[in-house]
Amino acid sequence: MSDSSVTNVVFGGLGGQGVLKASDILADAVVRAGFDVKKSELHGMSQRGGSVSSDVRFGTRVLSPMVPAGEADFLVILTADQVEPNRHVLRAEGKLILPDAVSVELLLNRKSLNVALLGVLSRQLPIAEEHWLAALRANLAEKLHAVNLQAFNLGRNSGKI
Amino acid sequence: MSSSERLLLSGDEAIALAARHAGVALGAGYPGTPSTEILEEFSRLGGRAQWSPNEKVALEVAIGAAFAGARAIATMKHVGLNVAADPLFTVAYTGVSGALVVISADDPGMASSQNEQDNRHYAVAAGLPMVEPSDSQEAYDLFLAAVEISEQWHLPVLYRVTTRVCHSRTIVAPRPPADAVPKADYRRDVRGRVMIPAHARPAHRRLREKLAAIAAWNETSPLNQHVVGSSPLGIITSGVAFMHAREAAPDASVLKLGLTHPLPFEKIARFVEEVEQCMVIEEGDPYLAEAIRARGIVVEAKPEMFRFGELNVNRVRRILAGDISPEPPPQPGKPPQLCEGCAHRSVFEALHKLECIVSGDIGCYTLGVLPPFDAMDTCVCMGASLGVGLGLRHTLPPEQARRVVSVIGDSTFMHSGIPGLVEMVYNPPATGHVVIILDNSTTAMTGHQEHPGTGRSLDHEVTNKIVFEDLARALGIRRVHVVEPRPGSEELERLISESLASGELCLIIARRPCILIAKQLREYEKCATVCEPVEV
Repeated sequence: MSDSSVTNVVFGGLGGQGVLKASDILADAVVRAGFDVKKSELHGMSQRGGSVSSDVRFGTRVLSPMVPAGEADFLVILTADQVEPNRHVLRAEGKLILPDAVSVELLLNRKSLNVALLGVLSRQLPIAEEHWLAALRANLAEKLHAVNLQAFNLGRNSGKI
Repeated sequence: MSSSERLLLSGDEAIALAARHAGVALGAGYPGTPSTEILEEFSRLGGRAQWSPNEKVALEVAIGAAFAGARAIATMKHVGLNVAADPLFTVAYTGVSGALVVISADDPGMASSQNEQDNRHYAVAAGLPMVEPSDSQEAYDLFLAAVEISEQWHLPVLYRVTTRVCHSRTIVAPRPPADAVPKADYRRDVRGRVMIPAHARPAHRRLREKLAAIAAWNETSPLNQHVVGSSPLGIITSGVAFMHAREAAPDASVLKLGLTHPLPFEKIARFVEEVEQCMVIEEGDPYLAEAIRARGIVVEAKPEMFRFGELNVNRVRRILAGDISPEPPPQPGKPPQLCEGCAHRSVFEALHKLECIVSGDIGCYTLGVLPPFDAMDTCVCMGASLGVGLGLRHTLPPEQARRVVSVIGDSTFMHSGIPGLVEMVYNPPATGHVVIILDNSTTAMTGHQEHPGTGRSLDHEVTNKIVFEDLARALGIRRVHVVEPRPGSEELERLISESLASGELCLIIARRPCILIAKQLREYEKCATVCEPVEV
């Protein structure tokens, strides 16, 4: 049911920025936290550098896999020029998380911006830190763990919305 | 909750897991969004999976396995079933000894396709039972049901999914794998398997008898769900539209059909009688609504404007409210483009500069139509670049005909380009013709799958390799050139120019690996030099 027990998160960016990876990690974390979850994305043409977005919905029971326009609680954007194509998904009181929510120069690797913004988002969601960390480890190659944990912690501890 | 009992899977992954658990002996297909990951995941889970050159061959391989008494799947995107339609219609007559599940992944809204055809019509046209899951749990459960239906009635089952089922991840609780799987064993049955007219006439009657029996079974089948609601509204639906409808109208009664051909009309009629108003909510064509109305059952169908594109919760709300006011235009995002450094770029730059009339084909390179290249004039279906280019050559005035070039990718050439090349040799245009194979050594568009021209099988192991230039020379084409398209090099442009001027039949193979997998390809090749070469 589209009741308040469902939380809607939309990620937006360009192909290659880690939009899908970020949504995979979030979806994995919410499964670990015991929620029902649905995640939706588009493959194919959208991968050739074009706009990419991914929806994650979780709660006691989720029906449609796609976040209805105007019902996103959080919109996480990986590159500033993708705000406008996605803004319509946010509900009136929804929160926009922009790339400048973290200080990019403090990242060990700038490619970890997606995970840093997940760190920012993590402060807003009812998911214990252990589930986030387990989801990060499960969805990233081992050699990327240190860089991404740094990014996640940076976003979680110093990110601003 | 233990995560080992709750897996977060895409619909494609759920189908692959179910196929493993059902003991499917062989999966064959051709890559196509949104179906590609089914066979990749089936292979990763230890199943025997292979890419065929095209969907027709894939279905035929799967038919052979099912004739042998094994369980088999063929996977493809919706337009792939057009290619496989020839065997599909007749395997409905022959039936199968084991199980055959034909998976058609439709793309309403065309996220990555050239049309949004609704393949539910194939179930009616060919006379096949059809199942439609609405999420990954159902993708898993209904696959197992499809195997049972196929074995019980010895018929192939059309398993129809859509983009949002294939590519959404939802939770799946799997069952224990099957412990007793039928073994392949040859049993001769020429009346059942050799479709000469004398055998095919009774086979058609048998097919209709089976469909009648399945229709009767479907009246009480557990594959259809009845959700009793508190409002006077009733909704008949199937596939992912069920989820949108439940969210848009949480109080409505819902008849959710899982086995959507042959339909359970008595069950539908009873449902319609029980509610005050009944609306059919379905994505794509009004297949359910028209079939139900043809039986004299009164239901409301969505307005015509909702035939186009995907459904979602807000669109279903509009349908239920009878709101046919114009919808907000989709937000313009950044369109896809050929990657920086993509080898196709220099080919399209040359074609643009030479003012060629370009008969194009299906793949990443279809993006050559966009600025700054503006170097594609037609794109119809897989392999059409050759035939369409030849037709243009035959009929245009000579000064225009001489500018026509057919451009096709390596995987697409293997898929259905070869018959076009044969056509060119057999019916050569008076002005000659120029074909360019854009050979980037992979099926790039769908996520870098192997094909017969890469010399590697689905799991990237070394196998026999089809060499395009050898094939073309064997067909009798004398002007065959292999060139590496490099930015700034004039070699390619000069070669195209000379080929156009020659008035002969020319094949140019522009060969340079896709930059996205160049590193991976070097690793495969390193392995290939260590491994024993395969003897042909």
